[in-house]
Amino acid sequence: MIELRNVSKTFHTDREIQALKDVNLQIPKGEIFGIIGQSGAGKSTLIRCINGLEKPDHGEIIVDGVNMSQLNPVQLREARKCIGMIFQHFNLLASRTVAGNIAYPLEIAGVKRHVIKERVDELLHLVDLTDKANAYPRQLSGGQKQRVGIARALANRPQVLLCDEATSALDPETTKSVLHLLADINAKMGLTIVLITHEMAVIQEICDKVAVLDNGTIQETGSVIEILARPKTEVTKRMIQGLINIQIPPELLERARASVTESCVLLKLKFIGPQVHEPVISAMLHKFSVEANILFGKIDQIKDTPFGMLLVEICGPPDQVDQAIAYMNEQGVEMEVATNG
Amino acid sequence: MGSFNMITILWSAVLQTLAMVGISVVIAQVLGMPLGVLIVITEEGHIVPNRWLHRILSTTVNIGRSIPFIILLVAVLPLTRLLAGTTFGTKGVIVPLTIAAIPFVARVVESALKEVDPGVIEAAQAMGSTPMQIVYKVLIPEALPSLVLGFTLTAVNLIGYSAMAGVVGGGGLGDLAIRYGFHRKQVDITWYTVIILVVLVQLLQMLGNWVAKKLSH
Ligand SMILES: Nc1ncnc2c1ncn2[C@@H]1O[C@H](COP(=O)(O)OP(=O)(O)OP(=O)(O)O)[C@@H](O)[C@H]1O
Ligand SMILES: [Mg+2]
Repeated sequence: MIELRNVSKTFHTDREIQALKDVNLQIPKGEIFGIIGQSGAGKSTLIRCINGLEKPDHGEIIVDGVNMSQLNPVQLREARKCIGMIFQHFNLLASRTVAGNIAYPLEIAGVKRHVIKERVDELLHLVDLTDKANAYPRQLSGGQKQRVGIARALANRPQVLLCDEATSALDPETTKSVLHLLADINAKMGLTIVLITHEMAVIQEICDKVAVLDNGTIQETGSVIEILARPKTEVTKRMIQGLINIQIPPELLERARASVTESCVLLKLKFIGPQVHEPVISAMLHKFSVEANILFGKIDQIKDTPFGMLLVEICGPPDQVDQAIAYMNEQGVEMEVATNG
Repeated sequence: MGSFNMITILWSAVLQTLAMVGISVVIAQVLGMPLGVLIVITEEGHIVPNRWLHRILSTTVNIGRSIPFIILLVAVLPLTRLLAGTTFGTKGVIVPLTIAAIPFVARVVESALKEVDPGVIEAAQAMGSTPMQIVYKVLIPEALPSLVLGFTLTAVNLIGYSAMAGVVGGGGLGDLAIRYGFHRKQVDITWYTVIILVVLVQLLQMLGNWVAKKLSH
């Protein structure tokens, strides 16, 4: 659906800032694709390239078969009508009511007045704001404003919805409800959603795939589960810290280190999907003469997949400990010897 | 001079001032507004950046603004004769008043439009708006309260300028103050005109504030 090929962008201000460096991305149709990165990573620049608000210096951007960089201004405006966008600060027209804001993209697309009215009612219903039709943006809460933003972005039935930090100005509760609205829309309409954020929790909530952007380059891309379970780069590890990585108290690590000689191993185990329901630990305890001391446990949800984390200390005769670890490996449990970081 | 006579004279001067200012402010707004809009939208990073057009318009407006009204009044006399058919009286003052107000309006419009949230303009662009649609459906409606306050400011300024027009026999309150108060030493007339001017400006400002408030949501 969306493809970026070798996209680069440099800003020439008082000093040169290379915001994007040779970015390649493929975003399949109907997916919720997350792009995560820290402030200044180039996320906004990347998403603005997709609808031509920013022109890349090099590379190509193809949206639904259309090469965005080859369009003249008239064609670009037409193409933009098929790409909805929502913003961190909502960017609603203060001079128009909720209904008026949602009508705007329809007006500029030349839709007839009575059709506009029908479509606006439909959209108000979709985002559950029928009772606020005649309110002005200033009278709305952040979450309500973003719902108006979403309705406005969907008015012309776009193929793609771009979200630039769409929930960053909202509290956690409202963030969840807005994200679930996006997920519903994605499921109902098969719309491709590109979501930019600096919070892994947002990605974890609704995204199918994620790309990690740092310093203008894509560090890694993959399914959210994959990235969370097996982060390859330091940047990614840093991003997911606190979300699923456990900070182990130093004393505990000291103890583990001291006790390695007595064949005790401190392990971080990750269970993904159906594995969560398998009694791997208890089976291991039956099979081998080891003891397991569970120090920490957490189970979480990544979109629809359960994801579990355990910090266990396994003690016993050295060969038994080794075999036990080998057994869990066989069972497909993701594990690593615990350290901090 | 009888008080009845004085009231008639004052009243007709008020009407002349209102006519001069009213007509000039409307024409100046109509001509100055596109200028202000162009200056804003041709600026670097706005919807139709054009460095040269921006510089030329901006410089022209600066020059226009720096000419003292009293000099302009005399300088445009030939043009006034051409457009108004006379250089004298209320009709003759409308031309210089309008010309003086155009660059003023352009600047006032510029500063009002610059207040519009860039994010909102960007959203409109992202939705595929043409530059014209952005001007008419985003910039002007979003800036409307500020534009009304700017319009009020222009009108208040023109009341002041119109009083100066009295020097060339332009009619209105300023003319009255000079003819009776200065030349004939009827100081009371001068005081009355000053009071009327203060009240006029006060009322106008109140009206402008009220309308601007009504328009902002
Ligand atoms: N119009 C511009 N002119 C100059 N530099 C810019 C411009 N836009 C972005 N940059 C620079 O490019 C880099 C990437 O910016 P970008 O806005 O894409 O980051 P971001 O990942 O969206 O960050 P944030 O999370 O803070 O929004 C930054 O160093 C920024 O200063
Ligand atoms: Mg950003």
